[in-house]
Amino acid sequence: MSDAIVTEGISKKYGNITALDGVTLSVPSGMLFGLIGPDGAGKTTLYKILSTLLLPDNGAATINGMDIRRDYRKIRASIGYMPERFSLYPDLTVSENLKFFASLYGVGIRDNFDLIAPVFSQLAKFPDRRAGALSGGMKQKLALSCALIHRPKVLLLDEPTTGVDAVSRNEFWAMLSTLREKGITILVSTSYMDEAQRCERIAMIDRGRILEVNTPGRLAAGLGRNFYNASAREMYPLLQALRTFPEVKNCYTFGATLHVVTADGFDAASTVRRLETMGLTDVKIYPATGTVEDLFIKLAENG
Amino acid sequence: MIRKEALHLLRDFRTLTIVLIMPLVLLLLFGFAISTEVNDIRIVAVVDRHTDETRNLLEDFRANSYFTLLGAVEYREVEPILRSGKADAAVILRYSGNELRSQIIVDAANTNTAQTATAYIENILGDRGAALPVLTRTLYNPQLNSAYNFVPGIMGMIFILICAMMTSVSIVREKESGTMDLLLVSPVRPRTIILGKLIPYFVLSCVILALMLLLSYTVLDIPLSESVFNVIWITLLYIILSLGFGLLISALVSNQVTALLVSGVLLMLPVIMLSGMIFPIENMPLPLQWLSCIIPARWYISAMRTLMIQQLPASYILTEIIILATMATAVLTLAIKKLNSEN
Repeated sequence: MSDAIVTEGISKKYGNITALDGVTLSVPSGMLFGLIGPDGAGKTTLYKILSTLLLPDNGAATINGMDIRRDYRKIRASIGYMPERFSLYPDLTVSENLKFFASLYGVGIRDNFDLIAPVFSQLAKFPDRRAGALSGGMKQKLALSCALIHRPKVLLLDEPTTGVDAVSRNEFWAMLSTLREKGITILVSTSYMDEAQRCERIAMIDRGRILEVNTPGRLAAGLGRNFYNASAREMYPLLQALRTFPEVKNCYTFGATLHVVTADGFDAASTVRRLETMGLTDVKIYPATGTVEDLFIKLAENG
Repeated sequence: MIRKEALHLLRDFRTLTIVLIMPLVLLLLFGFAISTEVNDIRIVAVVDRHTDETRNLLEDFRANSYFTLLGAVEYREVEPILRSGKADAAVILRYSGNELRSQIIVDAANTNTAQTATAYIENILGDRGAALPVLTRTLYNPQLNSAYNFVPGIMGMIFILICAMMTSVSIVREKESGTMDLLLVSPVRPRTIILGKLIPYFVLSCVILALMLLLSYTVLDIPLSESVFNVIWITLLYIILSLGFGLLISALVSNQVTALLVSGVLLMLPVIMLSGMIFPIENMPLPLQWLSCIIPARWYISAMRTLMIQQLPASYILTEIIILATMATAVLTLAIKKLNSEN
């Protein structure tokens, strides 16, 4: 399987701020690839470079073998880009927006309608509604339709589900899976950790660096050891106490419990006893299964 | 691209209406309502002895379209009549011996009207009676019709407004909403995008130009002559210059409010204050006169006055044409350079 997107040591600075610091990444063809990181990690900058809107200061990147510097015009014809914010014309109707983007790429709406049909089906009911009057989920579907209208080989989606309700997000991810089955390579960024689990492979990015690339399952599995849930009746004193223990590397609230990352040789039973002598009651510490979110916290701490 | 931009324009119906109607309203307002000339001065006459001489004078006032002679009254009635606002001025004709003496009493509540009225009355009295020492002859605009003065000014203002302001706002809006990125990512060349942005506003400006010319020549009676072709092509040059300004602004700023402010403060105000549209350039302090030299509207308005009102051939405004053309080239080059360096 060849790689659809390849970047080698891409760096980009805005004045004194380093947005990307030697990003090397390869996304295999036909994969649903997730890019996960907090705000300001450099995701949007990476998207702008891949979509040929920005040139990197250093490094090289290719999309389906086309260089982002030399072949940018060919790249533009073969990618679909959906920027972070809703970027369609709110004063044009649904069908006018679609027609406009089709004409930009010199295609007719009918030509590739099969591709967008599953996405567009719900929108087809009101082709004359202004795009600005659509709900968040509908706007996002329209934006995706517009990005797909020219049958791109690579789809670049920058935080497509930000500000969209849970049901629509779910639908959206189902659509992405359908698109992937049609052979489209999808690079999608998100700051929702639950969405990351639905990607085939994810790259974690923070402060302009790629921290780790793996499947969501394996990344979470890497947390299996030395990872515990902790709870007590007095949660805040518990958090403070655990943080003073040398064998506890990190401790943070996670939902109703605390997640504790420990060094090797951490003994849960003896720690419970120690905490109880400190006056805490109902203390429980038990092994936990990490999620991508925990992994992220761990990686960000180390990085 | 052009289709979409046209749709934007048409969709924003309110703005479009305003843009189309505003020049016409302004034109008519300045042309009729806000005129500095004085029409319909109501006068009363006080005559102590009726002779052929006084009768002829009153006949002159009656025949003159600027005056409405309300009738003859007693001298003591003059003040109450003026005070109650029934008349604007009183003309008193009195004989001392055989010599006719005249006096003018004017309601100076509005100094403008008062001065003009006095001047008119003096003129008429002078025509008849004693020899008037100064003979004034007004060239080109014998009735001092202020519409003649304002039409070029309004045209200078409107095109800056529509071309520079609307173009820059429409481009910056795309930047702000992120759709500019989508356009740039598409295979369409940046220059096509910019051209697509400019053409609808150019067409809109042409429509307005046609409307304004039509109105000027029909309703405002500005004489029509072969100079109209010169008017048209110089206006087109000015429109292109304004579009260049719009592009330049949109290349420099990144949000709509700034675009509005920049085009408003940097373009509109100088055009209104310094272009000679309202305040004559000759009366300005020297530094402001120099400043006015870099305002394109100054040259445009001066060219328009020469063409439309003095009806002189284009050779008389070569300086203006050259300056406008140079400015247009400079601004467009700068704008395109700036836009290119950005992408």
